[in-house]
Parts: sequence; C-alpha cells; structure tokens
Amino acid sequence: MRELLDDIDRWRAEGKRVAVARVVDILGSGPREPGAAMAVNDVGEVAGSVSGGCVEGAVVGEALGVLHGERGPGIVSFGYSDDEAFAVGLTCGGTIRLFIEALDW
Amino acid sequence: MTTPSAPLYDVLRDRLRRQLPTALATVVDGPDPGRKLLVTPDEVLGGLGHPELDRIVARDALAELEAGRSGIRHYGPEGQTTPEDLVDAPTLSVFVESWSPPPQMWIFGAVDFTAALSRVAKVLGYRVIVCDAREVFATRRRFPAADEVVVSWPGPLFERRGSQLGQRDAVCILTHDPKFDVPAVQGAIATRVGYIGVMGSRKTHDKRLERLRDVGLTDDELARLMSPIGLDIGARTPEETAISICAEIIARRTGRAAPSLRDASGPIHG
Repeated sequence: MRELLDDIDRWRAEGKRVAVARVVDILGSGPREPGAAMAVNDVGEVAGSVSGGCVEGAVVGEALGVLHGERGPGIVSFGYSDDEAFAVGLTCGGTIRLFIEALDW
Repeated sequence: MTTPSAPLYDVLRDRLRRQLPTALATVVDGPDPGRKLLVTPDEVLGGLGHPELDRIVARDALAELEAGRSGIRHYGPEGQTTPEDLVDAPTLSVFVESWSPPPQMWIFGAVDFTAALSRVAKVLGYRVIVCDAREVFATRRRFPAADEVVVSWPGPLFERRGSQLGQRDAVCILTHDPKFDVPAVQGAIATRVGYIGVMGSRKTHDKRLERLRDVGLTDDELARLMSPIGLDIGARTPEETAISICAEIIARRTGRAAPSLRDASGPIHG
C-alpha cells in the first residue's frame, strides 16, 4: 500500500475515483504476501501489482466494476483450485483471494 | 472506537509515509464488508459494528503489528473467538494488515564485508546501523548505504538502544577482534534480537566461545549464535558473503534448511 500512496494522491487531486485491491489470503503457492496491493482509477490507470502479472488484467475489470457500482466491496478469488475461481489463474498453481473496494473511506 | 477527525485513509497515509507502526482491520466477509478499524499503539479509530468486536480486534491487531504479520482472522459479530461461541453464529472475516517500522540490522566492525552487507541489507528493507569504536574507519563516506554510522563500543549502544531489537531484527558481528566481539556478543545476547551472526573461521569461533564462556555466557545463550556466520554457498568476496549472511537470516526466519529448490520438495512459498 505504501508504494501506491503517491499515485493515489495524484489521481485524487485530478478528481479521479480510486479502487484498491489487496491480497488478503493465499492458498498453496502464491507469488505475493497478504497486503500486496494495486490501485485502479476510474479511467483504468493502474499502480502496483498483486501477483507476478498473472491476474492484474482481470483485477482491473473487477475494480472498475466496483467503481461503476456494478458490485459492492468484496472478495474475489483467482486460481485453479477454487470453486469461485475465475478463468484467469496463477501460473504457480495456487489461489489468491483479493479484497476489492472503492477508496471512499 | 473514536470518530476520526480526518478520513481514515488520510490518517493511514500520513502514518505510512512517516513509517509509524499501524494496523488496519477490514471486514472482508460478513454483513457489512469494508468496515474498518485503524489501530496504532496510541489510538483506535473507526469501527467494525460492535464495541466488543472493536476491542478484541484492536487487541489482536496490536499483536499482529508486533509480529509484523498480516492475515485473515475470524470473529463472531460481538467479537467471539472461541470455537464453541462461533458454532451457529454468523462469522466475520477480518483482514488485519500491519505496517511495522522496517527491521533493523546492526553491523559491528567497519570492514569491507560491512560495506557489502549494508548494501544487500538495504535491498531487503533493513534499517542499517554500522558500529565501530575506531573513528577513522567508522565514517559515513565508507558506508554510504548505512542509515547510521555510530562511533562507539558495543556496550553503550546496546545499553541505549538494545531494547528496540526484536525477532525481526539482526545483529551481525564482523570485527574478528576479541576486544570488540566479546562485548558485542554479550550485548546482543541480552536482547530479544532474532538473529545473531558472528564472523570468523572455525578456529576463531572456537577461541571466541572460550572467551565468551569466561565472561559468563551459558551454553543455552551461546546456542543463539550463528557462528561462523552465513550459509555454505562457497562465498568468497564481501558481496558474496553478504548474500550468504542475508540468505541465512531469511532461512532462519522461515525455518528452512536452505537446499536448492530443485533438490527439495513441497510448496515454494508455503
């Protein structure tokens, strides 16, 4: 999160809305620790990362969904072994769970 | 729970910029996902929906902060944590993320190995403090990567600041000089520091153990020393030695035996 602060400040100063996705849980092998975070603004610009590049594209879509009011804050899972899993997976075979929310707090 | 005077994010951002210890608890699964409690050693801001839940989560968040850990914890709606209380109760999943100040590495001895080790330790995020009693050697110019260069004998430094050291921190003693090694080891052993490494050949190590026993250290205390320092990767240069030391610190923290991944089995990140 610390490494996202400058981008978030700049986007908000420009009047953009921001969503934050944070890794909250890892099952099996995962590339990043809980707390790894990325921020997405309402025009789709991105800062930070939550995996080795495997799922970032899908996270942008989810984050924009939150910013456009299509879904509320909540957990999204990525990986092969989880029932909720999206088609996008991690190359290392694990599952990561992300909490995605609008930065409105 | 108190109502913050500024939005929680602003408080969080300012604390992260100043590297102050801070934990943020977020309800990630439950009736009202997104609710937050910001926990610091001095105050608790925000709220998760019930005062008792706030009290319990704040307590747990401070423990996570102390350990430098982040992860999900489960509670009942009023902060219940025991399995019996959670049967048939709707549970909340709370993600506690903690930001601790960077771990410290204290390096004793202003030698070439110290310059290389301070560079590698900085890459790993340590706050690096170099200490040597010799004013001519302990200069900022020789150790530009270090956050602090202290001209002092080890004893006074440990007396002043040893209580800051904890499990995540490391003390590396690279002096080779018994005058300096012995008080540095004594000082380090009196702290809760997680890693104590001491440089020297096996012969030096054996002689040093004798001296340390002479000053009254017990076998249990001496068992904390990683000496000779570092993993056996055949390191020769100061830079290679620095990698060997830092790799040992990581392996001790994670409890791994440090073989090549090819020759081991089991999860890589587990």
